[in-house]
Amino acid sequence: MKKLMEMNHVKKSFDGNEVLKDISLSVEEGEVVSIIGPSGSGKSTLLRCATLLETMDAGDLIYLGEKAAKDENGKTVYVKNNELKRIQQQFGLVFQNFNLFPHYSVLKNITDAPIHVQKREKEEVLFEAKTLIEKMGLSDRADYYPCQLSGGQQQRVSIARALAMKPKILFFDEPTSALDPELTGEILKVIKELAREKMTMVIVTHEMNFAKDVSNRMIFMDQGVIVEETTPEQMFQSENQRTREFLGQYHNLG
Amino acid sequence: MSLQVMLSQLSAGMVTTILIFVLTLLFSLPLGLIISFGRMSENFLIRNIAKIYISIMRGTPLMLQLLVVYFGPYYIFGISISSSYRAYAVIIAFSINYAAYFAEIYRGGIESMPDGQYEAAKVLGYTKNQTFFKIILPQVVKRILPSVTNEVITLVKDTSLAFSIAYAEMFTIAKSIAASQKSMIPFVAAAIFYYVFNFFVASLMEFWEKKMSYYR
Repeated sequence: MKKLMEMNHVKKSFDGNEVLKDISLSVEEGEVVSIIGPSGSGKSTLLRCATLLETMDAGDLIYLGEKAAKDENGKTVYVKNNELKRIQQQFGLVFQNFNLFPHYSVLKNITDAPIHVQKREKEEVLFEAKTLIEKMGLSDRADYYPCQLSGGQQQRVSIARALAMKPKILFFDEPTSALDPELTGEILKVIKELAREKMTMVIVTHEMNFAKDVSNRMIFMDQGVIVEETTPEQMFQSENQRTREFLGQYHNLG
Repeated sequence: MSLQVMLSQLSAGMVTTILIFVLTLLFSLPLGLIISFGRMSENFLIRNIAKIYISIMRGTPLMLQLLVVYFGPYYIFGISISSSYRAYAVIIAFSINYAAYFAEIYRGGIESMPDGQYEAAKVLGYTKNQTFFKIILPQVVKRILPSVTNEVITLVKDTSLAFSIAYAEMFTIAKSIAASQKSMIPFVAAAIFYYVFNFFVASLMEFWEKKMSYYR
């Protein structure tokens, strides 16, 4: 199995408050990894460090064997900007609040970056975008603007936007937290479909049943450390006091 | 003086007024954007220079600034001023004054943009320039349009301040005809002109706002 992403001994503090305390994590091709944990456990910060939205204080960040950031004497040093830009193309991120571009139509949201950032052939990008839109069940919505769509539809557009860049690995930052309960199902269905297609994904989520269903590996984080990292089956039969406490808050674990 | 002569003299002034208006916008809108970047700069010196500039431009009368720009070269540097400098002085004074107001409007608009837009653009690999011109600026324009409309309407009326250096725009001419002919008609004509001009400006901006209302 090919290692797509690797983080070693990552540390991050905000104003002296240590949010990530020596976190190491790696993701292999085709894997689906869920990260769970209470609010403030550092799971979103970890994801933001992995996607270069936040800088790490210490530790390495490696994509496909290529170092984006390297620890030098306990301090993270990032590679040059143009190299980061290239490495950035390896991953995609789906936000909790979608962050679609409101002035662009669904189609343009999906096609603009492949055309103007990746400089790919317009025809080809449009063709692929249509396939993606169809796959997301939005065929009749290609010319709509984000404000004309439901939350679930917007999130599906943002997943399509991320996929259009052909990332090797896709991160999800609580993709259903901003949605009404009846809309979360449609997003979870899309992610499950991607898992079936062997898309490599790292998902920060509060949907325990879903995490159990979809992932090969689950990571439980608390207070900036990885408490437990194991298969979903074992996670839900954990002997660890803290894990049991946390999972116990979620009823109907199925 | 017949009404016809009066109106033809006034209409020459109207063309000048419209020219001041157009040129001021042409220079102050981009200049304002540059100043707003300075105002938001992380560099202490640049940020504070922009701040002081805006503070002075907004804190002193436009008429006074116009007089300083017009007479300054002579009083301060002893450079004799030609009569053709009058037109330049008007455009310079109006542009640097309005740029300060536009800078603050831009800043308000830019700072109101949610971080998520920058983050989404970054993850998708857009360069800083692409992010600003493709993603941020179009949305900022929509947000600031009502405030810009206010300033533009004020500018139409402020062009009349050019009379203070006797620049022959519409109001200056109206005032001199009124004095020589002992007539109110030039003032009435001037009022109608400003009103119609602004009605036109307001309609145009409203049309633009409507055109941009396809998204929220």
